[in-house]
Amino acid sequence: MSHSLVTIFYIVAAVLFILSLGGLSNQETARRGNMFGMIGMLLALIAVTASDAVTEYGVLAIALFPAVLIGGTLARRVKMTEMPELVAILHSFVGAAAVLVGLALQLNPSSHEGLSPVEITIHDVEVFVGVCIGSITFTGSVIAFGKLKGLISGAPLLLPARHLLNIILVIATIWLGILFVGHGDNTFTMLLIALLITGLLGIHLVMAIGGADMPVVVSMLNSYSGWAAAAAGFMLGNDLLIIVGALVGSSGAILSLIMCRGMNRSLPSVILGGFGTGDGGGGSVATPDGEVTSIEVEQTAALLKKAKSVIIVPGYGMAVAQAQHTIAKITKKLREDNTQIIFAIHPVAGRLPGHMNVLLAEANIPYDIVMELDEMNHTFPATDVVMVIGANDIVNPSALDDPNSPIAGMPVLEVWKAKDVIVMKRSMGTGYAGVGNPLFFNENTSMLFGDAGENVDAILANL
Amino acid sequence: MIIGVPKEIQPDEKRVALVPRGVEALKKMGFTVLVESDAGIHADYGNPKYEEVGAEIVTDASELWSRSDIVVKVREPLPHEADLLKSSGTLISFFWPDKNGELLEHLSAKKATVLAMDCIPRITRAQKMDALSSMANVAGYRAVVEAAHSFPHFFTGQITAAGKIAPAKVLIIGGGVAGLAAVGAAKGLGAIVRAFDTRLAVREQVESLGGEFLELDFPTEDGEGGGGYAKTMSDDFLKAELKLFAEQAIEVDIIITTALIPGREAPKLITSGMVESMREGSVIVDLAAERGGNCSLTVPNEKIVHHGVTIIGYTDLPSRMAALSSRLYSAGIVHLLEEMGGAENYEVDMEDDVIRGALILNHGSITWPPPKPRNPGPAYSVDTGPRPDDEEKKASTPEPPATTKPFGKIILKAISMIVAALAIIYIGTNMPKSFLSHFTVFVLACFVGWQVIWNVKPALHTPLMSVTNAISGIIIIGGILQITQPEINATVILGAAAVLLAAINVIGGFLVTNRMLAMFKR
Repeated sequence: MSHSLVTIFYIVAAVLFILSLGGLSNQETARRGNMFGMIGMLLALIAVTASDAVTEYGVLAIALFPAVLIGGTLARRVKMTEMPELVAILHSFVGAAAVLVGLALQLNPSSHEGLSPVEITIHDVEVFVGVCIGSITFTGSVIAFGKLKGLISGAPLLLPARHLLNIILVIATIWLGILFVGHGDNTFTMLLIALLITGLLGIHLVMAIGGADMPVVVSMLNSYSGWAAAAAGFMLGNDLLIIVGALVGSSGAILSLIMCRGMNRSLPSVILGGFGTGDGGGGSVATPDGEVTSIEVEQTAALLKKAKSVIIVPGYGMAVAQAQHTIAKITKKLREDNTQIIFAIHPVAGRLPGHMNVLLAEANIPYDIVMELDEMNHTFPATDVVMVIGANDIVNPSALDDPNSPIAGMPVLEVWKAKDVIVMKRSMGTGYAGVGNPLFFNENTSMLFGDAGENVDAILANL
Repeated sequence: MIIGVPKEIQPDEKRVALVPRGVEALKKMGFTVLVESDAGIHADYGNPKYEEVGAEIVTDASELWSRSDIVVKVREPLPHEADLLKSSGTLISFFWPDKNGELLEHLSAKKATVLAMDCIPRITRAQKMDALSSMANVAGYRAVVEAAHSFPHFFTGQITAAGKIAPAKVLIIGGGVAGLAAVGAAKGLGAIVRAFDTRLAVREQVESLGGEFLELDFPTEDGEGGGGYAKTMSDDFLKAELKLFAEQAIEVDIIITTALIPGREAPKLITSGMVESMREGSVIVDLAAERGGNCSLTVPNEKIVHHGVTIIGYTDLPSRMAALSSRLYSAGIVHLLEEMGGAENYEVDMEDDVIRGALILNHGSITWPPPKPRNPGPAYSVDTGPRPDDEEKKASTPEPPATTKPFGKIILKAISMIVAALAIIYIGTNMPKSFLSHFTVFVLACFVGWQVIWNVKPALHTPLMSVTNAISGIIIIGGILQITQPEINATVILGAAAVLLAAINVIGGFLVTNRMLAMFKR
């Protein structure tokens, strides 16, 4: 295949990738969008394999065969509750691939052929940057995977002087970069050292971030993996890689931004980790106290039966308890009795952007009764019963009325305006932010303690 | 029993206390109804319409007054009218006993019985007779219509061939019956409506009508008093309130104020400074004009223009919609008489909360104000605005708050823009052509990505992540391009490893996305 034809294939593939992301703007066109993505990928692969640069099909086949098996199995076997882990580990693959491509290119004796001195410098910078970003993405994603999977403790690891440590690592990397660029041959060792240092940086950055900030971290890593691909594109002078990298990079950046807005925190404060460690307004935080009304399963079922309108607010607790299927059955039952039932999803509910939506979709809950925060808040006053399942901070009224609260200003679901609120929770423990929740002490709030999974089963039985 | 409906003689009063439909209802209860000739003429109810339902038309006012056991009116009688009431007769009308003490004494001497429509307690059971509410409803609507009449623009926003027309912004102060009616009417005309009230419970009502409820930048303080009125708020609260109005005055096109304190002068909420800060062509409708007005420039019963801002101080808004207002008022009268037992069982029952509240004169003895514990409603201890003794404090217009950003942020922004500009100049002057073409592609792709991704629904963010995972597997191309070397060397092995990892991503990412999307069902 001639060079020009390959380029045309690349352009078509790039357009298909853009259409594929555009298709996700609503559920009807999303599957078609995914199809476009697959076709784009296929075209790109055909073009590159058929181009003059590739003749070693044996090696290619040896590499591709196990990948198809592993990828296919992963995609079929993964549980929807494990999506965050899958996404994290896939990010690490992109990071690792970027590192490998960079190293391979550096070791390739023919990579500097026919380049002017300036171009060699640029090429070196590209390789260095690509390897470094890839390395951060790789180690960071592996740690994120470990935390999400529970292999590593979800609590943030806060080393003393951790900001200083980060700065030292960054400066060391830049210094190595200056040494590396334009210094002829014996530079491979420097690249490896830089690889190690940025790897450490990736580990340290993600270790310092707590479990509930994971949506932001995973989106950030998504963004990094895109930039790593774009950097690889620059090294190879391949526009398709650059385009796709830029698309993915900006996609991850936007997701991180949306997540941060959902928590009313700035991106730097999330990335640098250490949530709730004394960066509040300086005033004292009001600790709520008072009488907690607890409720039994039978009464809950009775309340639900009587209600004309019900809103369900799911949180990470629902995913942990795998309660979504039973909840779907409860939903079906209530809808058959003409009860209006809606799900309200907070942007940062769960451990992945949009995680709750996927879980509810998996349980066959129609997506047109699953609503976002801004669509919901005005409807709470007209609602009979709100059922909060395994969520805490996202329904905390102190975000709105206590300026000293660490989560002050975070948009929350104003569930307390409904007639009755039932909160399903394991115990009276505080949420991730370590903030007490005055909602639990409200007169119209009843607490249903115990395992969410068992409780929803019992409610279904009582309906 | 004979009920008399005299013609209203106060200037500009077009309403009539009973409409033919009301006459019909009263006749069914056993009353005989006399109507003064042309009593309903300005409300589009001519004499023939009354005759049709069996009312007797009386041409002479004094004859009507002297024959009637119960006289029903809209406005309180003028002194010479009061003289006409027969001894021990009953009068039902708006009365405002707090400011008509003399008239009350006068009627007391005639051993009269007076039920004041404005004193009916605002309790649920009495809603059907609550003429204050029904008149306030009309006034609120009419206030919007008057404002629209004087406002030289559309209320609704439009995009026309001749350009874009922004929607009018309307601020409504006070979320009582009149305020809420105004919210609904202004919203119906397509304006952007904001409303303010010290009582937080009003928020829902305002929002249910499509208005935006303004909140003070002030720690929560609920102004719910009782009987549908607000209680007096703290000084700091009032300051914050005035500051809010000053900010809003600059933004909005129309202000409708409804803050009334029965028995007192209306609170001054809109200062002349605020009026002057409004755009030319703006309109203020002051529903409190009769009590001095919420705007310091209001002239009762007049429409004036100050600095290009029209200030409407009409006090007869319900009367300007006489047909409808009369019908609503008449319904209140009918329900009240029904509550009192109709003609057969007619009785002034002191045990009935509603009657007791409305009764201000009983056979010549003054029974106003009613005992408090029984009736918190009409004894308004509350208001929707500042206390009168706060007047001096808020005489001057509060300064609108400075809208400038912190200085440090501007500096930071400027520095980052300069750095970006320098970087672009550096790239442009020093980089070779091959790099620049890739750079162009990169920047454009970033922008395309930015635009496309914002359209993705939050519900699809997880599929978005997995599909971006899959397509970032495009890095497989980087690996594939490395594997063809003259011999098997480190480059080939590293390249093959990259292909392996990236291919897992591609296959796994696309398949799992497909699986997820298949689950999204309506």
